[in-house]
Amino acid sequence: MSERVSFHQQIAIDSELANRFGDLHPPFDKQAAVTEANRCLYCFDAPCTVACPTHIDVPSFIKKITTGNLAGSARTILDANILGGSCARACPVDVLCEGACVMHRYNKQPIEIARLQRFAVDALHESGASLPFEPGADTGLSVALVGAGPASLACAAELRRRGIRATLYDARPLPGGLNTYGVAEYKLPLVESLREIEMLAQLGVDFNFETIVDFLKLAELEHNHDAIFLGIGLGAIHQLGIAGEQLPGVTNALDLIAAYKSGSLTTVPARVVVVGAGNTAIDAAIAAVRLGATDVHIVYRRGQEQMSAFTFEYEHAKSEGVKFLWHVQPTAIRGVQGVEGLELIRLVSSEDGSIVEESSSKFLLAADLVVLSIGQAAHASFLTEYGEGLSKIQLERGRILIDRTTGQTSSPKFFAGGDCTNGGREVVDAVADGKRAGIGIAAWLEARHV
Amino acid sequence: MSRPNPTLETTFCGIRCLNPFWLASAPPTNCGEQIMRAFDAGWGGAVWKTIGEPITNVSSRYSSIDWEGRRMMGFNNIELISDRPIEVNLQEIAEVKRRYPKHVVIASLMVESKRETWHDIVQRAEDTGADGLELNFGCPHGMSERGMGSAVGQVPEYCEQITGWVKEKARTPVIVKLTPNISDIRIPARAAKRGGADALSAINTINSITGIDLDTFQPSPNVDGKSSHGGYCGPAVKPIALNMVQQVQSDPASALPLSGIGGIGSWRDAAEFILLGCGTVQVCTAAMHYGYRIVEDMQDGLLGWMAEKGFSTLDDFRGLSLPNVVEWKQLNLNYQIVARIHEDLCIGCQLCYTACWDGAHQCIHLDRNLPVPDTTRTPSMVEANSARHISTTPIPKLDAGDLGRTNAVTPLERIPRVDEHHCVGCNLCSLVCPVENCISMERIDKDLPFESWEERTAKGVIPPGAREVMSTNT
Repeated sequence: MSERVSFHQQIAIDSELANRFGDLHPPFDKQAAVTEANRCLYCFDAPCTVACPTHIDVPSFIKKITTGNLAGSARTILDANILGGSCARACPVDVLCEGACVMHRYNKQPIEIARLQRFAVDALHESGASLPFEPGADTGLSVALVGAGPASLACAAELRRRGIRATLYDARPLPGGLNTYGVAEYKLPLVESLREIEMLAQLGVDFNFETIVDFLKLAELEHNHDAIFLGIGLGAIHQLGIAGEQLPGVTNALDLIAAYKSGSLTTVPARVVVVGAGNTAIDAAIAAVRLGATDVHIVYRRGQEQMSAFTFEYEHAKSEGVKFLWHVQPTAIRGVQGVEGLELIRLVSSEDGSIVEESSSKFLLAADLVVLSIGQAAHASFLTEYGEGLSKIQLERGRILIDRTTGQTSSPKFFAGGDCTNGGREVVDAVADGKRAGIGIAAWLEARHV
Repeated sequence: MSRPNPTLETTFCGIRCLNPFWLASAPPTNCGEQIMRAFDAGWGGAVWKTIGEPITNVSSRYSSIDWEGRRMMGFNNIELISDRPIEVNLQEIAEVKRRYPKHVVIASLMVESKRETWHDIVQRAEDTGADGLELNFGCPHGMSERGMGSAVGQVPEYCEQITGWVKEKARTPVIVKLTPNISDIRIPARAAKRGGADALSAINTINSITGIDLDTFQPSPNVDGKSSHGGYCGPAVKPIALNMVQQVQSDPASALPLSGIGGIGSWRDAAEFILLGCGTVQVCTAAMHYGYRIVEDMQDGLLGWMAEKGFSTLDDFRGLSLPNVVEWKQLNLNYQIVARIHEDLCIGCQLCYTACWDGAHQCIHLDRNLPVPDTTRTPSMVEANSARHISTTPIPKLDAGDLGRTNAVTPLERIPRVDEHHCVGCNLCSLVCPVENCISMERIDKDLPFESWEERTAKGVIPPGAREVMSTNT
C-alpha cells in the first residue's frame, strides 16, 4: 500500500489541453478573496446553505476566510461536502447557492460563493495537509460500493468517518466517475478531481478498479458485506435509430468528453454537429470548438425555452461561437466512408400541441463529426431480476427507487444514490445522495448490529 | 432672504485664522518645507512638531489596525518629539511666518519641568513670530518617562504650575494640549485653566497596543522584536475624542476655546467637533494617510453644508449640540420607539432576527407563515429545522415551478416580524440591517409628557433603583 502511486500522478498532464481548456472562472488571489468574503452579510439560516444540496454552511466558511482561518474554512466545506473542491468548480451555482444569495434582492452582485469555496479548498490542498477528518474506530462492519463516482465517494467518506470499511468497485481505471471523465475540463480539470479523491484514499477507502459488477458479482458482494451502496450512474447515451448511425464519425458527448479529458482525443474535424440541448450537449459543443472545430452546431427538436441546459450554459456556448438550430429532427446521417452530413427535417407544433414534421422541409447540414447527446439509458435494469420478494430492488422508469432521506432501496441491504436514482442531475446532487446514504447505512447497521 | 456667502475665516483665542483646519503637531508638520506645502494645499494653520531637546527615534515606530479591507482605521505611533535641533526648527518657523504671514503657525513645546527652561523656550519660540504656543502635556510614550508629556498632563498640579510658568513669559496665546490617558479629562483641563491657559486642545493620543504578530508573538510596531505602548489615533478614536470635548466644554471650570483633535478626516468630522464647541480642528492621521490634499474637500464640504444650513460663520453653529448632551437621569423616560421592518425592502438576511435573539431582547420572530404566532422558537430551532430540508439542483424540464429561480421579492417566511409589544426600542436591529431604511425606529409613546428619572425620583413615584421588568419570551 505504501508504494501506491497517487491517482493524480497516474495521468500525464497535457499542457496543450490545459491551454485550450483554461479555467472558466479563474481562482481568487488572497486579497480579492478576503475582500469578497467581507462582502458576505453572514445571513442567519442562509438561503445559500438551504439551496446547496449538501447544505454547506456557506456563511461560516466565508467568515473563516475573512479571518484567515483557511484550514477551518476548508473543514467546514468538506464536512458537509467531501468533494467540495470539485463542486466549487462544477456546480451550476447560478441556480444553487449564488442564485439564492439575498444580494439579488438588493440588486447587487451575489457573493461569489463558488470561487471562495475553491479558494479555501485549494489552500488546503496547497498546504499539503491531509483531509481534516479521521476514520472512526473500526466497527468491523463493511460496505461495498458499486461505482466510484461522486455518490459512492461521498457515501464512503461518511462510512469511514463512522468506522465502517468502504470498498469501492469501478469498471474504469481511475476513480471519480463523471467527475473525472465527464465534466468539461475548463470547469473541473481531471487532475483536480483525482487530487481530491486521493484524500479519500487517505481516509482508508479501498478501491477496486476495472471491475465489472454483474449479477454474479453483486451476489458475491451481498454475501461478503454488511450492506451495498449502488452508485452506478446511468448507462450509454441513447441512439437516434436512424440510417448512418454506424458510420465512423458518429460519437456521443460523454465519450467525446472522456476522450479529450484523458488525452486520447486532441483534435476534431472542422464541422461538428451536436444533437441535443442539455448541459452535456453544451459541454461537448464547446469542447469541439476548443479542440479545433470551426463550425459547431447544436440541433434540437424543440425550442430554446424547452432545452434542459441552464441559461448561463446556453449563453456561454453562444459566446464560444456555437450555433443553434431549433425545431429540427435528424432523419439520417449521410456519408460513404465516414460522416458527411446530417439530414434534418423541420418540426412544427400541431393544433393538439404535439410536434409534427413539416412536409418537404428536409435539408442537409454538412458535418464531419456527429455527437449524440440525447439522454442516457438506465443502467440498473439488471437489478430488476435481482433478489426475490421483499428483497427485490424496485425500479421506476429505469431508476432505482430509494427513500430520499436514507438512500435505502426496497431491498433493505441495498442503498443507492446519484444518477441511477435521480435520472441524471448535478455532481452536488450525487454527493448529497451519497452523504445521506452513508449516514443512513451507518444508522441502519447500528440499529441491526447492536 | 438672501444669505451671505459663508466664510471659514475665524478667530481662535485671539488668533486670526483663514480657516479652522490646522495640522496637528506630528510628522506632517516636521519642517518648514512641509508646512509651506500644506499651506499651499489650503491648510489654515499648523502646529509645529513639538520642539524640545532633540531625541533619537526608533524604527519602526508606526502600526495600524485595518477593518474589513479598509486600511488604517486606527493608527498608533511610538515616535517622539522633533529629532531636529531647536535652532533649526525656530529658524524655519521664522521663515514660514515671513512667507505666509496670514497662516497660523503654533509652536508646540516640551522641555524639562524647570521654570527657567520653559521661560527660555517660550521666549525663543515667540521671537520667531509664531502665532501661539501649544504645551504638549500629552505625549504618552518616551517623553513621559523623562518627566515630560503625559507625565505632566496626568498630574493637575504640574499642569497648572507649568502653564503658570509659561504664562509669566508668554505674549502670545497659550494652548494646553490634554492627554486622554486619565480618568476624567476635566481635572487637567481645570488645572490648565487655573494656570491661565488661553485655550485647550484635545485629545492627544490614547495609550494602545495595536496588535501582536501571531507567528512571532511580537507586538507592533516591532523594534527588534520588542514594542512599547504607543499613542492611538485615527478614525477609531473619534467617538472618544468627541466625548472628551463635550465634557470639557460643558464644564464651566474647564471650558476655554478648544481646538478639537481625534480622528478628524473630513468636513463632517470637523462640523461635529465644532457643534460641540470647538473653535478649530487639528488633523494628523488623515493627512498621513492621504496627504495634504484632503483639506480641499474639508473646506469645500464644510462651506457647502454651512450654506445649506444658513450659517455664515463657524460661530453660527459652534456649540449648538452641547445642550443636547445631558446626563442620563435627564433623558425622557416616556419617549418610546419600536422597530418596523419594511417588507418591501427586506432582503431576508435575518441578521436582525438573530441579533435580537442573541444580542438583545428576543422581540423579532420568524413566524409569518405559521397559523399561530410562535414566539418561543429560538434561532437554533429554526436552523435545525431548515437543515432537514432536502434540496436538489433544479432542472428546467424536470422540475415544475420556478425552483431555485430568484426574483426581487423576499419570501414571506424569510422576512422577520417585530413583536411591537415587547420591542424595547434598543435599535440593534436597525444597526445590523444591511439595507438602508429597511428597519426604521418609529415613535409610539402616545404623547405622554416628558418625564426623566430625575423628576420621577424627585416626585417619589418610584423608589430609586427600582425598574419595571418584563419577560419578553412568554
